[in-house]
Amino acid sequence: MRQAARCQALGAALSLLFLLLMLHSLPAAAQASAASLPPDTGMPWWFWPLALFCTCFLMGIVAVPAGIGGGTLFVPIVGGFFPFHLDFVRGAGLLVALASALAAAPMLLRGGLGSLRLALPLAVLASTSSIFGALLGLALPVSLVQTALGVIVLGIVALMLVAKKSEFPVVQQPDALGTALAMHGVFIDGATGKRVDWQVHRTPLGLVIFLGIGVLAGMFGIGAGWANVPALNLLMGAPLKVAAGTSGLVLSLVDSAAAWVYINKGAVLPMIAVPSVVGMMLGAKIGARLLNVLKASVVRKLVIGVLLFAGARALLKGLGLWM
Amino acid sequence: MTPSAPASQSAEQLLYARWLEWGTRLGLVALVALFALYASGGLTPQVPLDQLPKLWNQPVAEYLRATGAPSGWSWLQRLHQGDVANLLGIAIMAGCSVPCLLALIPLALRRGDRLLAALCLAEAAVVVLAASGLIGGAH
Repeated sequence: MRQAARCQALGAALSLLFLLLMLHSLPAAAQASAASLPPDTGMPWWFWPLALFCTCFLMGIVAVPAGIGGGTLFVPIVGGFFPFHLDFVRGAGLLVALASALAAAPMLLRGGLGSLRLALPLAVLASTSSIFGALLGLALPVSLVQTALGVIVLGIVALMLVAKKSEFPVVQQPDALGTALAMHGVFIDGATGKRVDWQVHRTPLGLVIFLGIGVLAGMFGIGAGWANVPALNLLMGAPLKVAAGTSGLVLSLVDSAAAWVYINKGAVLPMIAVPSVVGMMLGAKIGARLLNVLKASVVRKLVIGVLLFAGARALLKGLGLWM
Repeated sequence: MTPSAPASQSAEQLLYARWLEWGTRLGLVALVALFALYASGGLTPQVPLDQLPKLWNQPVAEYLRATGAPSGWSWLQRLHQGDVANLLGIAIMAGCSVPCLLALIPLALRRGDRLLAALCLAEAAVVVLAASGLIGGAH
């Protein structure tokens, strides 16, 4: 029950964010938008793509042990510390999250850790709402999006610090909708070698939460694994590994829909997107290999620290307090 | 949790995994190869590389106004330009889920699983709708 309450609180927080977004739509925001353009740094053209590749490579390495999607790190860090406009950063961020999710999905599906039956109903709703999220993100003043991004990133940090995980949540009775949608499955747990049968509950609330998650994914260009996993695990009762695997599958579909909006609007610059995607994917491969060598708790603390700084910077930048 | 027993996944799930793997590989290869041609000067870009630092800090609307870069699907007519050609690899990656989903429909229908077929069709329709630019349109 406490888990469900936590997820309902997440839903309430998402609603509150939307309210804040609407209230923030004031003329002052538009003025700040023009004033907050990143400056031309005077560096040669190749410097920033190269720096971006190296940064994404490092982000890819730490993302795996920190248990966070590379896309979640990408937008606040690159948006805060590189001279690219947030429109292009979000377009590239979506592609980074999409490429990572696509690369991982086949293996997760074969192992039963990603469930198509669980992912599809959630993805249909989240993909639809992500289109509107992307359109909204590209229509709103950049200072407003920057401010909301800062709030979201600080929220992610809070979630990383306080959210509990339940490896095998107890689902006494699946709900009628979950049963009708055949949201159940089986996988072999690699750690114990045992067969795990799973089912879900609270499906209607889960579907509503995923509608909100889709809007956030599209609006900010951040992968939404940080929200998908608690919603699937703590709210709907999917085992943690199934929640993490299915989250990747949902992301691969949601980010596809949102990415097309950015492509159609001309907000995908290959010189920003491609070094980011390649750097992040190479880094993630190294990160997966270093999983047993790196101390995950230390890396996680480091990532939380960086996200805290990047989130605060995005918030202060959006409010015009830190240019 | 029960003692270890085989847990093979459904035929639909395995088919989806196989198609998605190939789609992603194709997209990544196209992405890297076309970017190499673009960054090395093998394909002349529409926006000169040394102009980018003056432009990538602008909002997308300003960028498109200043460069005349394509939006919507007009990029397909300019694939000979290095920067525009890169959108092909990006489009393959953003669109590769659609054939995977459509491939599942006959399989699901043969097994009498109309719900799965409907969900695949609905998800493919959402991605195609996003790709079409009908909602929101191009800049």
